[in-house]
Amino acid sequence: MAEDVIRLDIVTPAGLLMSENVAKVNLPASKGSMGVLKNHAPLMTTLDIGIVKYNQANTDRYLTVSGGFAEVKDNTVIVLAEAAERAEEINVARAQAAKARAEERMHDPSSRKDLDLLRCELSLHRAINRIKASKLK
Amino acid sequence: MANMRDIRRRIKSVASTQKITKAMKMVSAAKLRKTQSTLVAIRPYSDKIQEVMDHLLAGGEKYDTPFLQPRDEVKNILYIVIAGDRGLCGGYNINLLRFAEEQLKAVPEGKKGEMLLIGNKTYEHFRTRPQFNVMDVFTNIGDAPNVSQGKALSDYVIKKYLDGEVDEVHVVYSRFVSVLTQVPDCQQVLPIQRIEKAEAEADGNGMQAETDYIFEPGGKEILDVILPKYVDSSIYRLLLEAKAGEHGARMTAMDSATDNASELIDKLTLSLNRARQAQITTEITEIVGGAAALE
Repeated sequence: MAEDVIRLDIVTPAGLLMSENVAKVNLPASKGSMGVLKNHAPLMTTLDIGIVKYNQANTDRYLTVSGGFAEVKDNTVIVLAEAAERAEEINVARAQAAKARAEERMHDPSSRKDLDLLRCELSLHRAINRIKASKLK
Repeated sequence: MANMRDIRRRIKSVASTQKITKAMKMVSAAKLRKTQSTLVAIRPYSDKIQEVMDHLLAGGEKYDTPFLQPRDEVKNILYIVIAGDRGLCGGYNINLLRFAEEQLKAVPEGKKGEMLLIGNKTYEHFRTRPQFNVMDVFTNIGDAPNVSQGKALSDYVIKKYLDGEVDEVHVVYSRFVSVLTQVPDCQQVLPIQRIEKAEAEADGNGMQAETDYIFEPGGKEILDVILPKYVDSSIYRLLLEAKAGEHGARMTAMDSATDNASELIDKLTLSLNRARQAQITTEITEIVGGAAALE
């Protein structure tokens, strides 16, 4: 049984979402999912929109991040994200609505107005990610 | 001597105004607290970004990115002017607008200064002054700007900058010194000006052991992610600071308005009492006079 020795900090512009000790962390790095265990080498990486999975007190927990950046150093993982949410706290109805809205915008250029396709894709991506995470809890 | 009824009416009206100013003061105080806590909440985020940025750039490697590289020829300068949406906050808006005008007038010959206006008050002011170039207007920021509003603003600015429409971006805002004092200030956000390492070396003797990081996918890619975020967070922070200043200014203005109202009520009450006394005296004299006439 792994000990909870890695400090995981999730920092967003809205404040510190969490700062807790965990046993292991899985990050959605832009080059693919990446696991961090005790005594990992110092590392900096960019993150994709995805799910951060961590193991605390032998239970897996999940949270979503909407892209960003992570630093690993001295058994501390710092995740900088524009937005992050714990899987338990995701409002599924809102995520579904966001997904439907984004899809509609992508298929109907007239409702897209000045929004570009990339932004629609990103918001769709985020919505799907949130729905996915909410099912994991 | 003023009519007693008029004085009473006056007191009543001043008292109800005082009630309003008192309420506004309380509301502003609450909003100020909220804005300040948002400002505190964003600090760990922006500090961390700063740290990472310093670390990447201190590595000695040269990264060629438009965010850091000053343009060879600066032609268009964009000023983001942040003021309030509403008045009743003392000299807050007008001081800032005057400062913004000075900044624009100081733009050297041959360069073009343009403005991006934030807040209804800025728009009202510059609408009637066509000698200043206005690029765009963002109004109705509200009393507590949120992250996505800040992001929308910085996305807009970054796009203008990267498209080459503007070569420098400055923010004209009110620096929050204290609840009582806000100082108009101008800060450059693009290209990013790095605070020289001297400061860090002064207090840490530069002995902070440089950690050998693995960069994934690479230093350049990380910088490309970090730098726009840095701009986002600095613009958002300045926006919040300006808002905090507005609430502070309104609070102070309303506080002194409440004080003035109390003073006025005191004065009016005094003259009301005098008028009443005078009336009673007159009545007594009349009665005494009348009684004397009867004898």
